[in-house]
Amino acid sequence: MEKSELLKSGEFLVREVKPEDIFIPEEYDEEQLMIARTCRDFLEAEVYQHMEQLEKGDRELMKSLLKKSGELGLMGIAVSEEYGGFGQSFVTQMLAAETIGAAYSFSVAFMAHCGIGTLPIMYFGNEEQRERYVTKLATGELLGAYCLTEPGAGSDANSGKSNALPSEDGSHYVLNGQKMWITNAGFADTQTVFAKIENDRVLSAFIVDTASEGVVIGPDEHKMGIKGSSTAQIYYNDVKVPSANLLGKRGEGFRIALSILHMGRIKLGANVIGAAKRAITNSVKYASERKQFGTQIANFGAIKHKLAEMVIRTFAAESATYRVSRDIDDLVGQYKSEGCEKGRATIDAIAHYAVEAAILKVYGSEMLDFVADEAVQIHGGMGYSAEMEVERGYRDSRINRIFEGTNEINRILVVDTAMKRAMKGKYGLFEEAEKLAGAIGSMEIYKAKKPDDFFTEKSGYIKNLKKIALLLLNAASNTYDRKLVHEQEILNNISDIIMEIYITESLALRVKKIELIKGDAGIYRDILDVYVYDTVQKVRKWAMDAIHSIDNESSEGLIKAVGDLSDTAGVNVKAARRRIADKLIEDNTYKF
Amino acid sequence: MKILVCISNVPDTTTRIRFTGSKKLDTAGIQWVINPWDELSLTRALELKDANPGLVESVTVAHVGPVSSEPTIRKALAIGADSAIRVNSDAHDAYFVAAQLAEVVKADNFDLILCGIESSDFNGSTVGGMLAEFLQYPSVSAVSGINIENGNLSLTREIDGGKELLSLAVPFVAIVQKGIAKEPRIAAMRGIMMARSKPIKLVEPVMTEPLTEIVSYEMPPEKEACRFIDADKPGELIDILQNVEKVI
Repeated sequence: MEKSELLKSGEFLVREVKPEDIFIPEEYDEEQLMIARTCRDFLEAEVYQHMEQLEKGDRELMKSLLKKSGELGLMGIAVSEEYGGFGQSFVTQMLAAETIGAAYSFSVAFMAHCGIGTLPIMYFGNEEQRERYVTKLATGELLGAYCLTEPGAGSDANSGKSNALPSEDGSHYVLNGQKMWITNAGFADTQTVFAKIENDRVLSAFIVDTASEGVVIGPDEHKMGIKGSSTAQIYYNDVKVPSANLLGKRGEGFRIALSILHMGRIKLGANVIGAAKRAITNSVKYASERKQFGTQIANFGAIKHKLAEMVIRTFAAESATYRVSRDIDDLVGQYKSEGCEKGRATIDAIAHYAVEAAILKVYGSEMLDFVADEAVQIHGGMGYSAEMEVERGYRDSRINRIFEGTNEINRILVVDTAMKRAMKGKYGLFEEAEKLAGAIGSMEIYKAKKPDDFFTEKSGYIKNLKKIALLLLNAASNTYDRKLVHEQEILNNISDIIMEIYITESLALRVKKIELIKGDAGIYRDILDVYVYDTVQKVRKWAMDAIHSIDNESSEGLIKAVGDLSDTAGVNVKAARRRIADKLIEDNTYKF
Repeated sequence: MKILVCISNVPDTTTRIRFTGSKKLDTAGIQWVINPWDELSLTRALELKDANPGLVESVTVAHVGPVSSEPTIRKALAIGADSAIRVNSDAHDAYFVAAQLAEVVKADNFDLILCGIESSDFNGSTVGGMLAEFLQYPSVSAVSGINIENGNLSLTREIDGGKELLSLAVPFVAIVQKGIAKEPRIAAMRGIMMARSKPIKLVEPVMTEPLTEIVSYEMPPEKEACRFIDADKPGELIDILQNVEKVI
């Protein structure tokens, strides 16, 4: 099966994709599975037993566990071989991130080090900086942190006040400022700090050694969750930063920060899957043991509904996560073949898939919040007790909707970036949208027919949903033009629709590919059946909300079109969910 | 000194075992791993090599099984074994496996042969003893410690109420208990990368008739729910024992 041309970011809205074009987790090779196993073995042997102590904010313990993971080579997975790492593919990096994602605050500390703590230097550093820092960050000899947020500059990162003044002899900069919410602040040796040089409008990035005179680390914040992760403020009082530690060019900091945030977002998309799978396993084990009214609570339909829905959403998120991960790998390969240096090729490829990165971040974090919440609910009163792991999971989950760019920012990014890429002529989003809107009364609408193949039906609905997204984009941009950015409620509706389309399509392609490989997709058909049915209902609501809010003269035609496009055949969701839950209960662990 | 660790490929201990019919294990969805006792033996062998680089020349793993068990062998290589030997056959029974392993030992003159005391799937506990017999080597069972001091091997065995210390000259077979190593060694990233290029020598089996045949498997009966009888109604208990369960 030959692969089609690589999809551009956001292009899924206007192009059909075949199952053979995507990567699915069922295709991991032996080495990838072995790496995942190593991550899991490490957590089992070294981390989980210390969770209680980590929760007390034991910085030294966290530091020693991070160092141990470094000794195993886990910190070098994403780092090139030239700098002491293992240069693994993006899919493998994501699989490792997923596996470590099950380890609560350890995961946050580990990911902060390996991602935002190491990769800015890996991707944007010069040879000397990489040799000096990355080789040691890759082994855990040095631990890293990323310092962007300030008291007055959160989502609006470029408004930061930290300042760097060049010394007269040009040998160093004098850095002053204050950073907050810095993960690993308590023990990081090396920081990537963003500040404006003189009166620049945009940020520059610096590598700062924590040991430098004038760097003051505040006490750890008292947080709702991820208590084991050290989070503190850092103050810079006339810190001398050698000129050689300017990362990238002067004024390139904001671009570096954004690129790294895209990377952080997409990796968060992997982390949450690991956390969700662990919560599901804890939940099914509890539900199979806990008896009420003379039977295990896992036998009750209400609990089965919860268990199945947790599985469905996790499986769906996973499908999209690894689909885009392989697209990134392919794009890295393409950039490299065009002569791009490997590190730069990777970060550029990640930044290219900004729409999908934002989707994974928002969808994944909300998926985990749902799963963590239901995990507590299944545990009943015990779920509210700090003795149970699900209580920690519930608190720890919440930050995912906030950091790496809030979900509100990311929702807007999904639509905004897709539109900007389309405007740059990368693909014909607006042309397609206009064409559809122009022929709204006569457009082709998929209607389920009885003899239709299962997958033809599902992809028919997904095509319908894409038409809804295009019609709304057209109506919104025609009505508001450049002022659309101020209509955040409508943008949110459209964003939710676009996100669900990507997730649903990825799920449908994965299930179809499983069927192609195994001959019968079995229980995965149930997952797809329920998911598509639910998605269509949700999209209908969001679309109607948007149309009534836009309120232009063509809304009548739009309402009818959306109504027709969001019509599905019925699904016995109760029976399908029960079958999914029964497999989970039989396996007594997440094994999908 | 050349160390051979015999490894068995077993379902992960968390696997829910199912059968297709009464004679065949349903392998769908099973995660295969190195038998835990063998994994600990391998860990200890590698520790001995690390601590005595001049003395311990190599650590090799041997396995009797089809090509589908190679991921487990490569895992052993990733953990740190220098090389591997796979006897290309299903492991029909313990006698068959021991006969094949004996040929492997003879071909390469291994000095110290480590076998886990049992495998976590069939729990036969017979391969190690049979292997020693085939080779006419001494064997020591239930070994919970192996040390090298001044170039000499000493073994520890857990015995009733205490420990037994032995020393003996190679070659011999040590049948190893848990406790031989603290925790199984985790495959490090470097090991995983290096495993790609480490050799797995393929050996065809020698003709051996298995001595046993599995007739059928049976799942343990489902546990029945516990019935509580009111302490004020002992007659009810007697009635159940006499007329329902018919045990008195």
